Amino acid sequence: MSGFLKSSIGRKVAMALSAFFLMFFLLQHFAINILSVINPDVFNEVSHFMGTNPFVQFALQPVLIFGVVFHFVMGFVLELKNKKANGVKYAKNNGAANSSWMSRNMIWSGLAILAFVVLHFIDFWFPEINTKFIQGDWSGMHEGVEGYRYFHELQEKFLSPVRVGAYVLAFVFLALHLLHGFTSAFQSMGATSGRKKTLQNIGKAYSIIIPLGFIFIALYHHLNH
Amino acid sequence: MNLTLKIWRQKDANDKGRMVDYKVTDISEHMSFLEMMDVLNEQLVDSGDEPVAFDHDCREGICGMCSMYINGEAHGPDRGITTCQLHMRMFKDGDTITIEPFRAAAFPVIKDLVVDRTAFERIQQAGGYISVNTSGNTQDANSIPISKHAADEAMDAATCIGCGACVATCKNSSAMLFVGAKVSQYALLPQGQVEAVDRVQNMVAQMDLEGFGNCTNTGACEIECPKGISLENIARMNRELMKASLK
Repeated sequence: MSGFLKSSIGRKVAMALSAFFLMFFLLQHFAINILSVINPDVFNEVSHFMGTNPFVQFALQPVLIFGVVFHFVMGFVLELKNKKANGVKYAKNNGAANSSWMSRNMIWSGLAILAFVVLHFIDFWFPEINTKFIQGDWSGMHEGVEGYRYFHELQEKFLSPVRVGAYVLAFVFLALHLLHGFTSAFQSMGATSGRKKTLQNIGKAYSIIIPLGFIFIALYHHLNH
Repeated sequence: MNLTLKIWRQKDANDKGRMVDYKVTDISEHMSFLEMMDVLNEQLVDSGDEPVAFDHDCREGICGMCSMYINGEAHGPDRGITTCQLHMRMFKDGDTITIEPFRAAAFPVIKDLVVDRTAFERIQQAGGYISVNTSGNTQDANSIPISKHAADEAMDAATCIGCGACVATCKNSSAMLFVGAKVSQYALLPQGQVEAVDRVQNMVAQMDLEGFGNCTNTGACEIECPKGISLENIARMNRELMKASLK
């Protein structure tokens, strides 16, 4: 088994497993965020549950952070190994003749997403950690805000057109990353060709609907404050 | 046709190498690409220059020797062919054609357009075979029932000629299409089952040892493969290795 994990295929499988986990997380994140458009009260309730439930906070959250870090670190490790495997650069290379832009530029779309994750952490995660773990305030309340604070904070963040623009751009990169990454993860896991078409269609739907949904949420709160 | 050729010239493995421009005239559109290279070489010999070294053998798309990266694609702009099967009718009069050797750290250039692809042979030697005692009572192959579907898929995988276009095309210089095909051709048949675990583990280990990159599923190898080897073979190799690791 240790030989498998050290092999090139083992690394690809590990990359795919972390991708599955992150794609599942993304779906869950979207399902909660869309509640902010449908029903702010329910969004507040669910956000408070997610933010204060010990299992979510102390079991699932560390796993998520590990998953994110692992996917990025492994992505960079594989990219460096692949660069090392290249010989002298071609004087002329027509990559577009045989592969998609998305598949050839996963590292760049991944870096754009990484930059977004940093921004997103500064916007939401770090303030949340500060409130709960440093200030010790687990009430979910904020002075001057009726009920839970989460919906109010969300609206405040999306006031800035620059931030909304950055989020929209990041979600475009997320879509590009997923358009290759979704089916690539299944291919790495050895998915059979009989299910290829179905997987490709599900992958396309997921890769477009989820980022588009996040863009809609950001724009909705920017325009409806 | 009159053409300008930009060709990689490299004296030997230690030379740094460079692109050199040549002009060739009166090229027939019915010529194969290698015949055009022959014309160029005759021209170079006549003028006292060193001819361009390139690999070739059967010139009928079977041996996998002709390994040129033409205008940014392995075996040139056509599909399902080797360089010897590429015809000059694919180009236009006055075109500039860039010709480079297959590039990968595991495929070092020996001279000009000739690269060392013995890494593939070492991968084959690591497990790309079945051990059959052929001295004496060899069993008739037809006595072992094999489904038509499995036989066809195994045959498709076995058509890999080991030309290295997959590696040359891959942005990661990955050899997984080649290794996937070689693993698959046995994994699909009953005769390959006995040594299946060792085969996939040893071949993948050798592939990694040779310094080939990781597959990122761009699918470029499948498009450029002269024999149309499918990505399905990579998925099968991944499954085989996962299965082998659990045993």
